[in-house]
Amino acid sequence: MTQSTCFHCGNNCDKTVINFAHKTFCCNGCKTVYEFFSSHDLSDYYDLQSAPGAIPKEIEGKYDYLDNPDIAEKLIEFSDQNTQIITLYIPHIHCSSCIWILENLHKLKPGISSSQVNFPKKTVRITLNSEKTTLKEVVILMNSIGYEPYISLDDYTSTPKNNNHQLLYKLGIAGFAFGNVMFLSFPEYFEVSEYWLEKYKHLFRWLMFAFSLPVVFYAAQEYFISAYKGLRSKLLNIDIPIALGILVLFIRSSVEIIFDLGTGFFDSLTGLVFFLLVGKFFQQKTYSFLSFERDYKSYFPIAVTRVSKKNDKEESIQVYHIKKGDRLLIRNEELIPVDGILIEGDAQIDYSFVTGESDLVAKQSGDKLFAGGKQLNGAILIEALKSVEQSYLTQLWSNDVFSKNKTSSFTNLTDTISKYFTIIILCIAFIATSYWLIADSSKAMNVFTAVLIIACPCALALARPFALGNMLRIFGKNRFYLKNADVIEQLSKVNTLIFDKTGTITSNKKNKIEYHGKPLSKKEEALLKSTLRASNHPLSRSLYQILEDHDILTLDEYQEYLGKGIEARSAQDSIKIGSQNFIKNSNGTNALNTTVHVNANDQYKGHYVFYNQYRKGVKELFETLSKNYRLSILSGDNEGEKRHLEQLLPKNTNLLFNQKPDDKLEYIKSLQNHDANVVMIGDGLNDAGALAQSDVGIAVSENVNVFSPACDAILDASVFQNINHYLTISKRTMGIIKSSFILSFFYNSIGLYFAVTGQLSPVIAAILMPLSSISVVIYVTVLTNILSKKVSIKTNERSY
Amino acid sequence: MGVIYVLLTISIVVAIIFFVAFIFSIRNGQYDDVYTPSVRMLFEDELIKENNEQSSATPKTKQS
Repeated sequence: MTQSTCFHCGNNCDKTVINFAHKTFCCNGCKTVYEFFSSHDLSDYYDLQSAPGAIPKEIEGKYDYLDNPDIAEKLIEFSDQNTQIITLYIPHIHCSSCIWILENLHKLKPGISSSQVNFPKKTVRITLNSEKTTLKEVVILMNSIGYEPYISLDDYTSTPKNNNHQLLYKLGIAGFAFGNVMFLSFPEYFEVSEYWLEKYKHLFRWLMFAFSLPVVFYAAQEYFISAYKGLRSKLLNIDIPIALGILVLFIRSSVEIIFDLGTGFFDSLTGLVFFLLVGKFFQQKTYSFLSFERDYKSYFPIAVTRVSKKNDKEESIQVYHIKKGDRLLIRNEELIPVDGILIEGDAQIDYSFVTGESDLVAKQSGDKLFAGGKQLNGAILIEALKSVEQSYLTQLWSNDVFSKNKTSSFTNLTDTISKYFTIIILCIAFIATSYWLIADSSKAMNVFTAVLIIACPCALALARPFALGNMLRIFGKNRFYLKNADVIEQLSKVNTLIFDKTGTITSNKKNKIEYHGKPLSKKEEALLKSTLRASNHPLSRSLYQILEDHDILTLDEYQEYLGKGIEARSAQDSIKIGSQNFIKNSNGTNALNTTVHVNANDQYKGHYVFYNQYRKGVKELFETLSKNYRLSILSGDNEGEKRHLEQLLPKNTNLLFNQKPDDKLEYIKSLQNHDANVVMIGDGLNDAGALAQSDVGIAVSENVNVFSPACDAILDASVFQNINHYLTISKRTMGIIKSSFILSFFYNSIGLYFAVTGQLSPVIAAILMPLSSISVVIYVTVLTNILSKKVSIKTNERSY
Repeated sequence: MGVIYVLLTISIVVAIIFFVAFIFSIRNGQYDDVYTPSVRMLFEDELIKENNEQSSATPKTKQS
């Protein structure tokens, strides 16, 4: 049989192939979606991109809460009589087919009047007619075609954010004024004393004055505010000389035109503000499809089904309304929102959101369940022990670290330099002025203002945003997404790296399996494999993958005991596979690791030990890193892997096990008190505290579109082994910025020469200001691009 | 030379018109999503073709 791929979702049809309309499908779900689309004349979906779909999930009863008007009201953006508008976040949006099908939703459901996709944000904005359809119906429709919207507690609590366009407005105004002022001041650059020019120059000058007003009072506002804040907290930041420069430029120019002394420096003034804002705009690269601010609310469901104790009636309630003692029904694939006790049902909990560990945990009735786990085996009934905010996991967020703003406490390189810069400039200004007061007092004021104008550190202020902004984009292309440009500078200062174990240095999917015990005969292995084939348990699946191919035996008997094991019989041979208790073998084994025991024909054979599979290149990465950094591993797991890790990692690596979320946070705090700059690299929600406390928190993610906890940077797991390069490049980028400062100081000294000797004319200022800014921008952009070539070469080398 | 006032007024009015257009484009959200419209633009053909072929509900086999 040839391997065929599903026409709808592109997965391999390994188990069953469904042939329909000359096409192959991996499951009935995919086939149904195809049928549905083609019957609505929407099969163009498959022409735009091959296999664009996703397998629709079963959702029986999952969206009942959308009928609850209180909850629906919070989600709906706009509601007016019959028209409702809602924006839904759909993680699956990934190609042009997705845009196409989602914008044609109105063909599938008459009640939908229009829908518009925002691809970078992965959202769809749907306008619906509430008389013809309901929100719940729309969500169920989306689900049935494989585009399941993600609705979380975050949508409930957060108020819709207004997009911040301030910078765009300011940039527009500054650019508009800059162009027009340039145009108006052009005739006077040549100082031709023509009759008409003489006659109209006053009009021209007053027009320039008018254009510069919104620039100074609106576009440059931030610089004044920041300078004022800096002065008040006794910090000489870079905005102080800038604000001083703008102010002096404006006052001197106004005075010049009022008393008809000259044309003023309005061109330099508007140009300066425009360039500075361009720098700010460039630095502000955001990844709108990623969020760096998530807390547990983004993971948690918005509502839960409460079962009344008296009459077994089910109702949807908001999770914040859960009270101690409430009975809650958790359906398949639903998240447990509160700590509780399992009342009935087979619980197979996936705690990978919390710990990064994807192995299922089986629980029996009466066991305690922690919030954050996902139920994967049918519906269960639990009794809440606490409210949502008091649960073990959510309590972590009451720690102060989460309310602290990290960036405010950090002084960047430009601000450090500007401290000296401002003092030196002021000294030069005063010395030059006092000299001219003695030599030629009429020029003294002229020189004083000229020094402050020319010293305005435009080039200095532009070097950092352009270098970091460019690096930010380059990192993004190499699948390392940073929250903002400051993170690069913080990365360059780091001396300690802390890794989480599960899900960070180990990969989620692959397991390394070793067999201990008596060797199995061919026949037994064939039976083992055939038995495993029938089981859907994740351990069975991974074990099935590693066993060699055998003929498939027909099983005469097959029985799976949930959370225990499997029993099967074929002809005379019987086999039992499962946990130690199930096999009833008391041989001393390492109870810390995950094991699967095998018993054939009532004889104990041996067991398979599952080890974590470490990511590719971990050993090399740690070896290179250990030369320059202090390394630690913080794991929430037991010490089962300790021996393994000690062999794998360099000797000076600190290994700490059984770390609770709070312990991780405290450990980082104690390191920071000893002058360490810490990078925390983690993945699950249990690392959230540590990620927030560290100087730079990096979340490792197998798929960057799914959720990762609040952090400063998100690293795609496939480039995990390149962390070392990213750190080196951050350091070198800071080196480039430092060298560009020398260039801008050079320009400043030329300008200062003109200023101090009293020769600064508007033309010189108008040439020098853009020249210095543009050459510094080009300098840093070219150098960072050269640097980036080295990264991408290294990334490619590693991937082979 | 009064014409220079006229010219000046015209040039500034034109500049202001473009400036206002820019402000309105921001307000309308044209800068919120700069990717999707570039893809959406290419869909028009399919939509028209579909209207013509609305009668046939069978899946079309076409070149990709």
